[in-house]
Amino acid sequence: MLLALLAVLPALVPAQETQQAQPWKQIPIPTLPAFHPQQPRRIVLDNGAILFLQEDHELPFINGFIEMRGGGRDLPASKTGMVSLYGEVWRTSGTATKSGDAMDDLLEAKAAKVETDGDVDSTSVSWSCLKTDFDAVFGLTTDLLLHPKFDPGKLDLAKQEMAAGIVRRNDDVGEIASREAAKLVYGPTNPYGRTPELAQVMSVTIADLEQFHEKTVIPNGMIIGVTGDFDGAAMEQKLRAAFGGLKKGTPLPPAKDSFNGPTPGVYSVDKNDVNQSNVWIVGLGTERSNPDYYALSVMNQIFSGGFGSRLFQNVRTKMGLAYSVGGAYGASYDHPGLFYTVAATKSATTVDAAKAMLDQIDDLKTQPFTDDELRRAKDELLNSFIFRYDTPEKVLSERASLEFYGYPADFLEKYRAAIEKVTTADLERVAKKYVDRSKLAVLVVGNVSQIATGTPGQPGKPLSDLGTVHPIDITIPMPPGMQGGPGNQ
Amino acid sequence: MRVWSALSLIACSSLLPAIAQTKPMETAGTSDLAQQELARFEKKVTVKVLPNGLTVLLIERPEAPVFSYYTLVDAGDANDPTGESGLAHMFEHLAFKGTEEIGTTNWPAEKVALQKVEETYAAYDAEYRKRVGQDPAKLKQLRDAFDAAKKDAQQYVVPNQFTEIAEENGASGINASTGLDSTEYFWSMPANRLQLWAYMESGRIGHPVPREFYKERDVVMEERRMRTDSNPIGRMVEQFLATAYVAHPYGRPGVGWESELSQVDATEAAIFHKKYYTPSNMVIAVAGDLNASTAMPIMAKYFGAIPSGPKPEPMTTVEPQQNAEKSVIIREATQPFYIEGYHRSDYLDPDDQVYDAITDILSNGRVSRLYRSLVRDQRIAAESEGFSGFPGTKYPGLFAFYAVPLPGHTPQEMRTAIHKEIDKLKTQDVTDDELAMFKTRARVDLLRSLDDNQGLAQSLATYQLRYGDWRELFRQLDKIDKVSKADIRRVANKVFTEGNRTYAIIETVSQQKSAEAAPKAGGL
Repeated sequence: MLLALLAVLPALVPAQETQQAQPWKQIPIPTLPAFHPQQPRRIVLDNGAILFLQEDHELPFINGFIEMRGGGRDLPASKTGMVSLYGEVWRTSGTATKSGDAMDDLLEAKAAKVETDGDVDSTSVSWSCLKTDFDAVFGLTTDLLLHPKFDPGKLDLAKQEMAAGIVRRNDDVGEIASREAAKLVYGPTNPYGRTPELAQVMSVTIADLEQFHEKTVIPNGMIIGVTGDFDGAAMEQKLRAAFGGLKKGTPLPPAKDSFNGPTPGVYSVDKNDVNQSNVWIVGLGTERSNPDYYALSVMNQIFSGGFGSRLFQNVRTKMGLAYSVGGAYGASYDHPGLFYTVAATKSATTVDAAKAMLDQIDDLKTQPFTDDELRRAKDELLNSFIFRYDTPEKVLSERASLEFYGYPADFLEKYRAAIEKVTTADLERVAKKYVDRSKLAVLVVGNVSQIATGTPGQPGKPLSDLGTVHPIDITIPMPPGMQGGPGNQ
Repeated sequence: MRVWSALSLIACSSLLPAIAQTKPMETAGTSDLAQQELARFEKKVTVKVLPNGLTVLLIERPEAPVFSYYTLVDAGDANDPTGESGLAHMFEHLAFKGTEEIGTTNWPAEKVALQKVEETYAAYDAEYRKRVGQDPAKLKQLRDAFDAAKKDAQQYVVPNQFTEIAEENGASGINASTGLDSTEYFWSMPANRLQLWAYMESGRIGHPVPREFYKERDVVMEERRMRTDSNPIGRMVEQFLATAYVAHPYGRPGVGWESELSQVDATEAAIFHKKYYTPSNMVIAVAGDLNASTAMPIMAKYFGAIPSGPKPEPMTTVEPQQNAEKSVIIREATQPFYIEGYHRSDYLDPDDQVYDAITDILSNGRVSRLYRSLVRDQRIAAESEGFSGFPGTKYPGLFAFYAVPLPGHTPQEMRTAIHKEIDKLKTQDVTDDELAMFKTRARVDLLRSLDDNQGLAQSLATYQLRYGDWRELFRQLDKIDKVSKADIRRVANKVFTEGNRTYAIIETVSQQKSAEAAPKAGGL
């Protein structure tokens, strides 16, 4: 009886405006001791190669990387995928005197690694080994850097593996969605939007790889980073001996890509074997060199920066529409990042989730940023800031990135100071300036008929509720020689 | 640019050192290095069992003013009661909803409102489950009452306050995971927030509240749709494990069967908590810029206040021996795949390190047998591996092999090629080089994993819980040293037999044929 009476009470008494006691606010937070992470030593060689030496004597390892400018974006669209093949075949082929297979045997017996990688704007060779194995492993690393021998058999192998990935790329909804989202924003031939097709992959030759290597492995612009348990002076000598004699080359011309953003509209990819949709709302983001980058970072934190963000609070917590929800006003170093929000939601609530996210985007301009939101976002960014440089390896990696993209070495410190200065007026200004729903595209990858009809007990809504729908054909183009094989979806 | 990718792969793969290593002549020094590291850690590690039975472990690593923690609960979805699959995972989600002090405007009133939610749900559920004589009007009325009670309770909720406090205080990498074997909670924070963390973590682990349970259940249903229903490999793995196991809960999906997950309730979650989240069933580890003399009393104060309870009784179910090969054939319009598994023993088996050796020799990198045979030489697969302890290691799991066929190749070819490699393992000794490589890599990878707070907290908590002593992380190297060629042949012959095998394949058929096939897994 008492229980029943009590249960009625809360309905009668209005909820209290102020929260109950907040004991966590009484918990002392001692001052964090000043922390000045050790910076790597920077050395510029006469030929333009830049060395970063970061000593770290905790464990007996020496790890490092050699990074070159030039990547997928410096290759024609007809060779999309080539830089990935290059990054793999470089290592699996090996050198003029030691095959990749022989290198595998030798290195793995020491539990050491030497690997190569090809990326959109760079390529690299990296290594990791016990310090006692350094001379042997570093010798293999430089041999691979300077005397590679690209092997036709290994190229064929890499092509087959890549082809397997291509024919499988329509099996996973999330993979389809992120791929098509990038294509919508950057365009199907832009290096940040394009994806390799079978014909392009198959067209890559050994000569292509050799020429690319010749053009990109030059000391001017090269960045070499080493971290671990070594003596700085001795290491400097070894690196000078290895790289000092390299002759300067001609730098690649700067990349000239255009970034126009998506053609606004509603796009769909139909997958009839799923019961959940991936919903993306996408547009162009910005660059870190933008003076508004700091205000946009704070706005981004409020919008989608974590469990307390507007997007998470509304789409997942309040509406229960998705497990996976996120987004960012993306900022890259030297090209516009992606502005996106994404949620995975059951077929029947696809339209609701898309609308909820669009509302959140609109709210950036109409729902005033509060002082509390600003304070929280700054606390989140600044109190977790230390995790950007809490290991010597992270500090080295950050410095190398700044060097690579031509940013000042104190960019991180300036970032911190600039974040502290952001005001709600700044937020309002950047939201008005950068957030524009009319420039965004909506992409839905899901079971289109189920989205409209729903499931038992859960009526759906047609995608046309969001606007005119443009279906995207994701059929995988098969070159003549491969037709009839297991391909398309 | 992405220069660290290859290196970070190495670091990650060794965080959970299921594999470790030894003494080959050319790197005899690594054995001593591991001994030195153990000696070094002896000075850095403090372990205490609090009066309530909770084990706390602290690793001093003052490299930067930060720390990471790892709460390990010795219960996972294998412990879900019958008919309530997915409950341990649901509870993990609940733990982010706050405590009696965090996330509420008025706990006493909210508590009453939440009781009402449970009462109305129980009434609705009873009618819903009626197989005969269900009254639609009554069902709707009960549903409305349940919805009204939820709405009433919602007025006291401060959504996501728990995680917001953590984030405002600089928490990084906030997350949790539930496996079949255990449940884990973890994040990293600036070192001056230790006390705040201890307050928050002890509150949610010791005194959780059933806040927003039913809304979160919808979120977890979406997680199931994402990982299982809408993913061809997810659908296949669910059927594969359900076929391999007839009695043990390893045959159930960790996220839960759709029908059961959609009906679990907060009362059941509370019972689960009371039984399995007892202090004696947990280990909590912190690693970073902390001092045992000041940090241990803080942990003792907050975590020591969790009421003690009996350790849950060990599971009775043991998977009966399998006597005939079993199979799952999925025909659908997705790409082909092959997986097979053999029942093995649990992690306490003296042969545990022999399985590690087999895994390493078959699967670790470009020198591995499966890569060289199926990928490099025969060119029939894009990748192929064999690995141990699937879907768990605490109870007898499977030793599984899989291969991803290249275009134009079939699952049947994968099966034949894998069996050839298995036969080789049974009939011929592995080489001296292979065995030495396994031992070296295990040892060096263990060393590599020792410079990361989060990884250390995880490894030491895991070894403390599993073996009763974190030192086993280093001592297992001695067992690895002792693995012989004969051991590998003996174990391969014992385990990799036809009658002990279950396999699953995806055969690609056209969209149309796929639609004609039996209804899809996942209740589509």
